[in-house]
Amino acid sequence: MNTLAILGAGKLGTVLARLAVAAGHDVKVAGSGDPATIALTVEVLAPGAVATTAAEAVSRAEVVILALPLGKYRTLDVEALAGKLVIDAMNYWWEVDGVRDDLSDPRTSTSELVQEYLATSRVVKAFNHMGYHDVEDEARPAGTSGRKAIAVAGDDESDVAAVAQLVDSLGFDPVRAGTLADGVRLEPRTEVFGANVSAGELRAMIERFPTSPRGKEVAAVDS
Amino acid sequence: MTIDPAEIEFGLDTFGDIPEGSDGTPLSYGDAIRQGVAEAVLADQVGVDVIALGEHHRSDYAISSPETVLAGIATQTERIKLASGVTVLSSDDPVRVFQRFSTLDALSNGRAQVILGRGSFTESFPLFGYDLADYDVLFEEKIELFAELLKQQPVTWEGTTRAALAAADVFPKTDSGTLETWVGVGGSPQSVVRTAHYGFPLMLAIIGGPAARFAPYTELYRRATEQFGTTAHPIGMHSPGFVADTDEAAAEIVWPHYKVNRDRIGAERGWAPVTRESFDHEIAEGSLYLGSPDTVATRIADAITTLNVGRFDMIYTSGAVPAADRLRAVELYGTAVIPRVREILSQRRAAVEVGA
Repeated sequence: MNTLAILGAGKLGTVLARLAVAAGHDVKVAGSGDPATIALTVEVLAPGAVATTAAEAVSRAEVVILALPLGKYRTLDVEALAGKLVIDAMNYWWEVDGVRDDLSDPRTSTSELVQEYLATSRVVKAFNHMGYHDVEDEARPAGTSGRKAIAVAGDDESDVAAVAQLVDSLGFDPVRAGTLADGVRLEPRTEVFGANVSAGELRAMIERFPTSPRGKEVAAVDS
Repeated sequence: MTIDPAEIEFGLDTFGDIPEGSDGTPLSYGDAIRQGVAEAVLADQVGVDVIALGEHHRSDYAISSPETVLAGIATQTERIKLASGVTVLSSDDPVRVFQRFSTLDALSNGRAQVILGRGSFTESFPLFGYDLADYDVLFEEKIELFAELLKQQPVTWEGTTRAALAAADVFPKTDSGTLETWVGVGGSPQSVVRTAHYGFPLMLAIIGGPAARFAPYTELYRRATEQFGTTAHPIGMHSPGFVADTDEAAAEIVWPHYKVNRDRIGAERGWAPVTRESFDHEIAEGSLYLGSPDTVATRIADAITTLNVGRFDMIYTSGAVPAADRLRAVELYGTAVIPRVREILSQRRAAVEVGA
């Protein structure tokens, strides 16, 4: 069992909280303000999880999942998250975040930006590419035929392994997607974004990335 | 407690998609708007309860000012309710929204209905000089002010997103003293709670996947109204669909236009192109209520039962679906689908009563 903090009580945050409770993890959920405003939401949508403040949730957590709008990542408390394993489930969504060239820059994956900001945390990207409804509907025990996959990208092998294990416990086959820089392969404007597919198909999509339009854009600025 | 099938309301919703004319070319914006009016007039005649027009500010949709179009519909119809779906309150002025809809209420003898929302598109923000970074505070403050305006008494209000009001009285007031107001929500839990806080009816936008996914949100609405001591109104749902004479005809009419429409929006949002397989899957078990009247009625009845909603609205336009086919869909929805849904629900209700 892990002690999990989920920052963000929106669509994805509440779904992940529910799956994590079902998997036997100890789950705290925090929104952007007073826990009272999300208490009922958490009680109804993720019974068993506890609504609390971000500070309280993070202080005890072994793993922290970021499920807030990406545009708000600079509101995160760097010191409170120091040393923690932090899962970045956020995506650039211009309609929420505003038009931000920094968040769609082909030279840098958004998870690299998050890691750069949370310099003392161990950031791994996961749970970003599947729609929140699919995450909710498709969770299955390990070994179930047709089980869907979630991609995991990160720089430290043991951290990636830990997140892969968490993905598995929540009901999905983990698929290694390379480094945090490779996280660009899981972002909006890729084939993987929105993918609700098996491990084999997901791997193939990730591998095809360089030949995709976004892949060519990324390659052009890297060379 | 299930809702009496006779009391369930059925609506048709459109965003003012530009249809193709009989020669296969797109209608002008003016013709597209007049086509929408003609469809609403027919909907009124065939027994549809509500027509809802969404506000958009994009080249693919003709309706940016729903209440103006609704005003045109108002004077040509007798009983259909005239709704926006949605009014993007965040980038509008609550005082003007109230005034426009209370005017519509006068023109329609009390049939105006506002559905407030944050909108699923955000073109209105730059257009009217708002910052997307203020997305949350704009809606929070404006819905608070709108709730005050609905009391139709002098309003004193202060916030950060518009000028303060000191005992401001706003006209015209409606004959009934009320103006029916809903909130459209796309799945944000906090929006559900906010709607309950103000005691507004909730309209769930369910645009993909099985309707059952939204059951937790109906529970959240109910529990939140209990907590706030507000009224738990019957919940509405709105989902895309289409009706033609046969299942095959409906799919063949809609698919090419659905794909163009979805892929254009998808490209802006970073989604992969839509496949025929996913389209068929949405029809079979997702949120696309598409097919013959009987197929569509069965699926709507199932969704109504699953979520125990009191209102079902079908978004009946999807991209450039030809004008003539749209008109036929409206006719079939009113004459065949709605009576059939009520019939199925009544049979189920009778079966439950016998069983009990």
